[in-house]
Amino acid sequence: MVESVIERITRGHFWDFHGGIHPPEQKFLTASKPIKQLALPKQLIIPLQQHIGREGDLLVSIGDHVLKGQALTLSTNLMVVPIHAPTSGTISAIKTSIIAHPSGFSQLCIFLDVDGEDTWRKRKVCPDLEQLSNHEIIKKIADAGIAGMGGAGFPTHIKVNSKPDINFLIINGAECEPYITADDLLMMEQSDAIVDGIKILDKLLSPAFILIAIEDNKPKAIKALQQATAGIEKIKVCVVPTKYPAGGEKQLIQILTGKEVTSGQLPIHAGIVMQNVATCFAINEAVRHDTPLIRRVVTVTGQALDKPQNVWALLGTPVNFLLEKCAVQALENEKQPVIMGGPMMGFSIASELVPIVKTSNCILVPSKTEMPSAFEKESNEVECIRCGQCSDVCPSQLLPQELQWSAKAKDYPQLEKLNLSDCIDCGACAYVCPSQIPLVHYYRIAKAEIRQQQQLDLKAEKAKIRFEARKLRLEKEKMARQEKHKKAAAARKAAMNKATPEATGAKSAVAAALARVKAKKAASKSGSIDSQNKPVDAVVDEPVNEQKSQVAAAIARAKAKKKLKQEAALQAPKSDVLDKENPAAVVAEQPAQAEKSSVDDKKTKIAAAIAKAKAKKLNAASQSIVPIAPPITAAADKVAVESSLPEDISPKGIRSEKTSAEKPANTDDKKTKIAAAIAKAKSKALAKKSAQASSLSASAIVEESVIVKVPVTEEETMDSSAAPDAVNQSAEGESKSGAADKKAKISAAIAKAKAKKKLKESNKVDSNVTNKD
Amino acid sequence: MNILLAIVVLGSIAAIFGALLGFASVRFKVDADPIVDQLDALLPQTQCGQCGYPGCKPYAQAVADGEAINKCAPGGEDTIKKIADLMGVEVQPLDDSHVSGDAVQSNRPKVAFVIEEDCIGCTKCIQACPVDAIIGAAKQMHTIIIDECTGCDLCVAPCPVDCIEMREVPDTINNWQWDLTSIPVKQLD
Repeated sequence: MVESVIERITRGHFWDFHGGIHPPEQKFLTASKPIKQLALPKQLIIPLQQHIGREGDLLVSIGDHVLKGQALTLSTNLMVVPIHAPTSGTISAIKTSIIAHPSGFSQLCIFLDVDGEDTWRKRKVCPDLEQLSNHEIIKKIADAGIAGMGGAGFPTHIKVNSKPDINFLIINGAECEPYITADDLLMMEQSDAIVDGIKILDKLLSPAFILIAIEDNKPKAIKALQQATAGIEKIKVCVVPTKYPAGGEKQLIQILTGKEVTSGQLPIHAGIVMQNVATCFAINEAVRHDTPLIRRVVTVTGQALDKPQNVWALLGTPVNFLLEKCAVQALENEKQPVIMGGPMMGFSIASELVPIVKTSNCILVPSKTEMPSAFEKESNEVECIRCGQCSDVCPSQLLPQELQWSAKAKDYPQLEKLNLSDCIDCGACAYVCPSQIPLVHYYRIAKAEIRQQQQLDLKAEKAKIRFEARKLRLEKEKMARQEKHKKAAAARKAAMNKATPEATGAKSAVAAALARVKAKKAASKSGSIDSQNKPVDAVVDEPVNEQKSQVAAAIARAKAKKKLKQEAALQAPKSDVLDKENPAAVVAEQPAQAEKSSVDDKKTKIAAAIAKAKAKKLNAASQSIVPIAPPITAAADKVAVESSLPEDISPKGIRSEKTSAEKPANTDDKKTKIAAAIAKAKSKALAKKSAQASSLSASAIVEESVIVKVPVTEEETMDSSAAPDAVNQSAEGESKSGAADKKAKISAAIAKAKAKKKLKESNKVDSNVTNKD
Repeated sequence: MNILLAIVVLGSIAAIFGALLGFASVRFKVDADPIVDQLDALLPQTQCGQCGYPGCKPYAQAVADGEAINKCAPGGEDTIKKIADLMGVEVQPLDDSHVSGDAVQSNRPKVAFVIEEDCIGCTKCIQACPVDAIIGAAKQMHTIIIDECTGCDLCVAPCPVDCIEMREVPDTINNWQWDLTSIPVKQLD
């Protein structure tokens, strides 16, 4: 394959690329004049960024004196190319200034006041290339700040650092754009240096063949290079037919090798590296002479100039300085357009203070007759007539009219489908367009828009990723926090469960505190229940807890109360029963008391005291039951009245009572006490009752008691022998008697309730009762 | 007889084509992107919450579920148009309640800027930032990573000393767009 390509080349046969145009070359303006060395300008304006990529870090500050070739910025990454001081002088300012860009925007520039000495920094000339390793050479190229000088300005050290096998190294000297003769003259004047540069590239890349492509309209350059490369088998000087844009990278590759670099591919993928001749010259300067890229050949041309010519311009030279040197005729004319770059691909510069940069190869100052369109404020564009000439000339085989419509409609997806990215901005379509549509302009806008959109998409994607990452992180942190809390709690628990004295101490303290809290709670609860007067229920309801001493106390209290109540209930029937007979008893006792008054005096006192205490107790108990008592009392009242009278035990009770009462001092203290108490209670109750009852009922009771009394008195004499057992009998009698047990209880409860009620009611009549007692 | 033949022939043709179509629909089935992902891809991913949803994806989900398509303020008219195209609905003007400030400047991309001498280091803006584009620590000055800032505005409100402001991204060569207005286009009607 490679051999057949070389065979074809040696035979002078080349491939052709699609389309292309033959605009008037206009190279005669400058081609016959040697490159002129200019005097130093007063001031240089050096933009920090002169190529694709980023600007480096500043190494100098205002007021610094710099020597020629001294680095002004530092390369911090691969895409950064340093810049150097083109001559010696003082840095007067570092500020933004308009740069060589179609936008006319300002960028950071170093303003260098030239001292005119042109003193070089110390250089280390390297005469022997063989001493240097490839790595050192590449470093030298990078340090010299060399970027592609054909137009795009891609950092050269990246391009020459490719590892894969290179079939062809193509040196691009086609220079197809009209007017420009910078490379042509460089090849004529510096052919040896260029070939030396090519040799360096050969050493770095070791390609199979090196092809120097020159259009056939540059016979002198062809001759010079053929002489310079004579005897070098590897290098072929290829004279290609003149056709615009033969100098385009992909087009030139197709012409020379017949290979088409497909869309989205780089030439390196096809084993091809292309370098501009000016870049080869700069490489040679950098590697052999330690001279960084500080100057370049610029074609200053156009019919508006008296002396169009190629000049060696220091980077940073303002355009107006060059124009002065080339004797511009109509500089006063405000409308005079100044184009940087060629007529096909260049752009109008916004100010004549714009400096020359590494990629500026031409300053075009056309006259009105030469390029009328550049002078017209209004575009002569008319509607597309679909002649199809544009697609005929497109070197990238695109469909310019389709692209144009989509570009106007801002249909970017469609533009991408039409491979707008393969457009090389050559301007051939616009050149042939009969409707004078500035097609390339539309494409440039669309390209910028698409690039912008891609950046936004990229940013959006990044934002999305960051957002998601943040969400994830927050979630994780939350989980970690929860985990930590859980762990801390477990650790606390474990520490407490350990048998160390502190732990147990802490534990017991905590337990005590807990118990206190619980007890407090329970107390308040039971208190509230107490007030509701359901102490027994409260006890049942209360969850049993041994630690709650207060609860226990409450329970005890409640129990005591309950017992008390039961006691009272037990006593109540007796008292109740006796109550009714009270008048009779009193009547009966009276003679006995009269007989043994001395003995009874003491007894009665004791009994009174006991009764008082009991009454008090009963009082307290009754107070707690009072609220529930009322509903029952109404019914109880009746029952009590009904049941109490026909009671079977009553005679016995009376009897026993009587006997006990009648018994002399040797009888049980207890008995007497009880009796006394009963009597007292009875009397009290009766008093209350009577106080409350009408006079009628009172008399009836009296009558009844009198009636009842009769048999009692009869029996009294009969049963006097059985007197010691009387009390017991009375107790047994209660249990024995048919309905007695149940009845008694019920009646007792009722009576008690009644008694309490009465007690309450009779508080006012209490005084009377005591008086009676 | 002829009619019968015609029916049979046409019927068999219909059956053949039906079978073909049925086979094709199974065999060449295209698994389309879920609509939510497509919508999410159209949204600007500022995660600003101006639509009332906590992020772009939730809003995409909401739009897929029938929410109004005109709530994305950072996306503006372009995004609404794209969503309308995708959802097959009418383009609506941006919802007024979601237009922050004057509409003229809302088109320009902005980034947050911390006035550093005023910053007290409260970290409130850091917690508010949906894309972690603010660097800083407690009682240390905070600063915005401009490259990561989506211009969502969410950090401005929480700042207790009002030291965050939104600044327009300046035009540089890198984001410059060729201006068509420099070439007057004559319309020939």
